[in-house]
Amino acid sequence: MTSQRVIGLLGSFPSPAAVLKAAESLRDAGYQRFEVYSPFPIHGMDRAMGIKDSPLGWIVVTCGLIGLSGALLLQWWVSVEAYAIVTSGKPLFSFQAFVPICFELMVLLSGFGAVFGMFSLNKLPQLYHPLFRKQSFLRATSDGFFVSVDADDPRYSQVETADFLTSIGSVTVETIEE
Amino acid sequence: MSVMVDDPSVRTPLVLGGHTFASVSDAVCAPVEQKAPKWWVASFAVALSLLALLLAMLSKLVWTGVGVWGLNNPVMWGWDLVGFVFWVGIGHAGTLISAILFLFRQKWRTSINRFAEAMTIFAVMCAGIYIAFHVGRVWVAYYLFPIPNSMAMWVNFRSPLMWDVFAVSTYFTISLLFWYVGLIPDLATLRDRAVTKTRKIWYGIFAMGWRGANRHWQHYERAYLILAALSTPLVLSVHSIVSFDFAVSQLPGWHTTIFPPYFVAGAIFSGFAMVVTLMIIARKLFKLESFMTMHHLETMNKIILATGTMVGYAYAMEFFIAWYSGNPYESFAFVNRAFGPYAWAYWTMISCNVIFPQLFWFKKIRRSIPAMFVISIIVNIGMWFERFVITATSLHRDFLPSSWFYYSPTWVEVCQFIGSFGLFLTFFLLFLKYLPMIAISEVKAIMPEADPHHHGGDHV
Repeated sequence: MTSQRVIGLLGSFPSPAAVLKAAESLRDAGYQRFEVYSPFPIHGMDRAMGIKDSPLGWIVVTCGLIGLSGALLLQWWVSVEAYAIVTSGKPLFSFQAFVPICFELMVLLSGFGAVFGMFSLNKLPQLYHPLFRKQSFLRATSDGFFVSVDADDPRYSQVETADFLTSIGSVTVETIEE
Repeated sequence: MSVMVDDPSVRTPLVLGGHTFASVSDAVCAPVEQKAPKWWVASFAVALSLLALLLAMLSKLVWTGVGVWGLNNPVMWGWDLVGFVFWVGIGHAGTLISAILFLFRQKWRTSINRFAEAMTIFAVMCAGIYIAFHVGRVWVAYYLFPIPNSMAMWVNFRSPLMWDVFAVSTYFTISLLFWYVGLIPDLATLRDRAVTKTRKIWYGIFAMGWRGANRHWQHYERAYLILAALSTPLVLSVHSIVSFDFAVSQLPGWHTTIFPPYFVAGAIFSGFAMVVTLMIIARKLFKLESFMTMHHLETMNKIILATGTMVGYAYAMEFFIAWYSGNPYESFAFVNRAFGPYAWAYWTMISCNVIFPQLFWFKKIRRSIPAMFVISIIVNIGMWFERFVITATSLHRDFLPSSWFYYSPTWVEVCQFIGSFGLFLTFFLLFLKYLPMIAISEVKAIMPEADPHHHGGDHV
């Protein structure tokens, strides 16, 4: 625990409004590598931080199309190629009867895409994070609002950034060690 | 606000009792963190014995064969199918609350969705037991899935029963994922509050390292929205497909086009009744009245009234079409349903589903806990009877009068159904004890203080 490398600063804020304003100030001051932590999503925070829209929808569409076409392919192959038996006098490729399973598998695969896509975009599970060592950060899942600034941000400077955090309303400023 | 009429310009507060963010966490986490109360231990013992009863009945069934049930020719579907449809239907309220009300931006859903979703998952598990065991030779239940096998045999994708397998398994998987995704931030709350090492480790593992970062929230909220958008048509499709099990057959009394919407309305009806029953008990025992408010209960009662009326309309329309179609078999099936050997079941269904819920037109009754408790139970009895009436009355009078037969269940079927409540309650009680029964982060997000433009906070 002697000489641990500092990887950033952590400021705490009293309310959603305060942390939203802080994010706007950081964005306007040119900071890019900072993050906001809150016990619930704060309306308007994405714009305040200046981050791009989530690409999750594209992942889900891709998965859904795989599910849809996979289901159709499976049912066609089973009913026409592998086990061609005439049922109720219907044609072998009676696609109308395949619609329900196509729909279900499309939803199933899209759901997998949404959940596991979200996990991978968020790089979860990540059972260790330097912030988990901070006693004060335990409040981030209860009633604490925090902002962290990464040390590798081009605008970062140990002293100036700390002062800046205080000037935009941070109640406490701590260093985050590796 | 006057006593009888709500002022529509004033939103009813959804969280009462002057809560702060921290006190919301405290209140919801309290049942998880405190020692299990006596009533919980006692109910858990009852639930476990019922579960044992279920396992005993299933063992008897597997050991002896489906002959232990009272099924006969022509009534080849009985309490097995009734139980399946009953449980799947109950599950639907959870998805309705979590997905459809989410898309409609109904903020009141947040304090009851976790609870209702848990109910969905456990109810679908009970339904799954019925599907798996009603096939008879349960050790070959994997035939239900298109799995390559040494007999080079494949499933028939043109059968509604096959659609059902896909619908119910997709429904269970998506509901479980939706529920788990919703739980992650709250598991992180429990992890960060944990005082014991066991809790820290287990909640820590399942919280997956959630730390409330806004970049995480962004993808998380998008995933939640997409899951809601997927679950909405899914839940409608599941009960439609369940109704296809009946409607696609050629049997008078089953072969009707009204079945899909009628089944979906009935499912929501019974599911909401079940949520009301469970919520009345849970909010009292865990002192969560400030989150599950009278406003919540009243709103749910309104939905019970609406869907109950839809179900009543469907009953009437079935009769009308039976007459209007001019089909003698169809007319016979319905006249026989109301005045034949199963008339007692039919009129039980009508009174429970069509007559009693109409009492919810009165605000006094809508807001009376004892009244709504009784009515919610009556509705579930009625909805069980609906499935029984549809299944048994349509089958017992075959096209050939020589094969007419009366069906009554054996004690094994009855005990299996009672036992299925054991499975449901066991899981539900475990849920109440070990997981937050209210979505903490979602409730916080709808509190006025959560809005960054809220006036009266410590900023501006």
